[in-house]
Amino acid sequence: MLAVDGITVRFGGITALDGVAFTVEPGTAVGLIGPNGAGKTTLFNCLTRRCAPDGGTVRFEGEDLLALPPHAVAERGIARTFQNLGLFPRLTVRENVMVGAHSRGRTGHLAAALRLPRVRREERELRDQADDLLRRLGLADVADQPASGLPFGTLKRVELARALAVRPRLLLLDEPVNGLSHGEVGQFADLVRSVRQDFDLTLVVVEHHMGFVMGLCDKVVCLDFGRKIAEGAPEEIQRDPAVVEAYLGVAV
Amino acid sequence: MRTIVTTLGTDRVRRLRATLTVLLAAAAAGYVPFYFAPFQVFQLTMVLLYAVALSGLNLLVGFGGQISLGHGAFFAAGAYTAAVMLDRHDTGHLATLPVAAAGCFLLGLGFGVPALRLRGLYLALVTLSFAVFLPPLLKRLEPLTGGSMGLTVEKLQPPAWSGLAEDQWTYFVVLVVTTVALLLARNLLRSRVGRALLALRDNESAAEVMGVRLSLHKTLAFAWSAMFAGVAGCLYTWVIGFVSPDSFSFVLSVTLLAGLVVGGLASLYGPLLGAAFVMYVPSVSQDLDEAAPGVVFGLLIIAVMYVAPTGLAGLPGRVRGLVARRLPRPAAAPDRTPETGSPPDARPEPQAGDGPFATPGPADPAVVDAEPVGAPPRTEKE
Repeated sequence: MLAVDGITVRFGGITALDGVAFTVEPGTAVGLIGPNGAGKTTLFNCLTRRCAPDGGTVRFEGEDLLALPPHAVAERGIARTFQNLGLFPRLTVRENVMVGAHSRGRTGHLAAALRLPRVRREERELRDQADDLLRRLGLADVADQPASGLPFGTLKRVELARALAVRPRLLLLDEPVNGLSHGEVGQFADLVRSVRQDFDLTLVVVEHHMGFVMGLCDKVVCLDFGRKIAEGAPEEIQRDPAVVEAYLGVAV
Repeated sequence: MRTIVTTLGTDRVRRLRATLTVLLAAAAAGYVPFYFAPFQVFQLTMVLLYAVALSGLNLLVGFGGQISLGHGAFFAAGAYTAAVMLDRHDTGHLATLPVAAAGCFLLGLGFGVPALRLRGLYLALVTLSFAVFLPPLLKRLEPLTGGSMGLTVEKLQPPAWSGLAEDQWTYFVVLVVTTVALLLARNLLRSRVGRALLALRDNESAAEVMGVRLSLHKTLAFAWSAMFAGVAGCLYTWVIGFVSPDSFSFVLSVTLLAGLVVGGLASLYGPLLGAAFVMYVPSVSQDLDEAAPGVVFGLLIIAVMYVAPTGLAGLPGRVRGLVARRLPRPAAAPDRTPETGSPPDARPEPQAGDGPFATPGPADPAVVDAEPVGAPPRTEKE
């Protein structure tokens, strides 16, 4: 489904990603781990066209993703969440989710200003869909509140709801349980597992919480200093000496 | 089930209240020109036409998070389009409106392109330069624009069948155009397009990941905004019957922006309040002293920003928040609180004066609007 090949990104003198390659099969969940600064988020940014790699290719279902303009990525069925939340603080929770459905709407400026019947219909549909998602994720009570000022755990779910509103086939989660309490991590993992099933999602997850990654993912890719140092099933990765070294250092 | 019933109930109540407000406002607006003296009707007409310009500016600044110090120039462009058409081509008033609107839309589209690359102070400077350079240009183009002498054209004349005086007829025509313009702006904002604009304002990078096409929405926001200013300018020519380069100095642009901020950014009726402020404060303070208008205008802006950082439109919400905190019993709150749709002359309740330093609670939506204008949008740290 997703094939990343030889991707290289340089920021000035620093090589953030150095020839990273891996594939994601449809319906699987791939974990992306590595110490801070390993290039995980940079890789995500390449996949969503937030940053242009200096070399390499990214193909999504055979299509060259790097040739698309940034706003067209959502249309292809790719959604993501952000590491430190990328919500719209002054919009309500429902509006946030409705922005997620932007690429599925057709209303243009003129039609919107005249509020043609088809605009009303589309608004109603998008609103109903958003409300369904909010109910599904237990957010119906906060639908009309502005996104700023809600608890962090709730905002994480709002962001997930917004990403789901894109109707993605590939969902990229950037540190989804970062900053959550121990109990919340478990709940969030259950939630991700159930929406993955219901919405038939392929997942790529960046996360430091090993319990979360190992419990969710079918395959784990480990990066260190922009290089792929290991790839395999979660159990293999946990035993891999290179991964252990990268995380804990090596005994002298 | 119960929540569904209550939701439906509040929805119906809200709709009823909205309908009542609209009917009352319409009745008041229809009654006004027969009650007040011609000069006062003229002032109200000016408030309405400024409201059009301000709601356009609001699209760009309040909802779009961009900034423009050049809207006076779009206003001037609309006014001169109408004046030149009336003076040279004798087209009749109605024909000037679509031409002014379309012309300014295109002009705004042209300005929207540099706006894609510039933000904050840089965008402010570029738009300001437009406002500064237009009046001398108008003076130079003497054969067309009448130079610094300006152009005198025919004002709107009431048709015989209406039986109205000139000021009354003008008021009604401007009222209709203003209503249509405000409705268009409202529709635009309550749609996919409006949400895209707000999303871009709040977090550009996240909006783009969600599929919002940045260049399209930002440029068109500029174009709509300029079009509204141009329509207001066209109405100005209809009402005043005279345009000259000095009527549209860059001070007009600054005044428009100040009026918008005082009225309330990103509020649907903030432009009306701001327009009343822009219109009445200088003319009322003129009676005090020759030099008073500038001073009073400036001091009042400071005062409003101090008492109501979210503008006059945000004041009722703030007062409500303060009252709610002073009086823990919710039953006592409603009758002390002005309605959201209160007229511009609604005085701040004493509570607001008592505690201007009190900061609103985290749940107060007003706080959310208090973002500095033109500040670079917060983006995800990449």
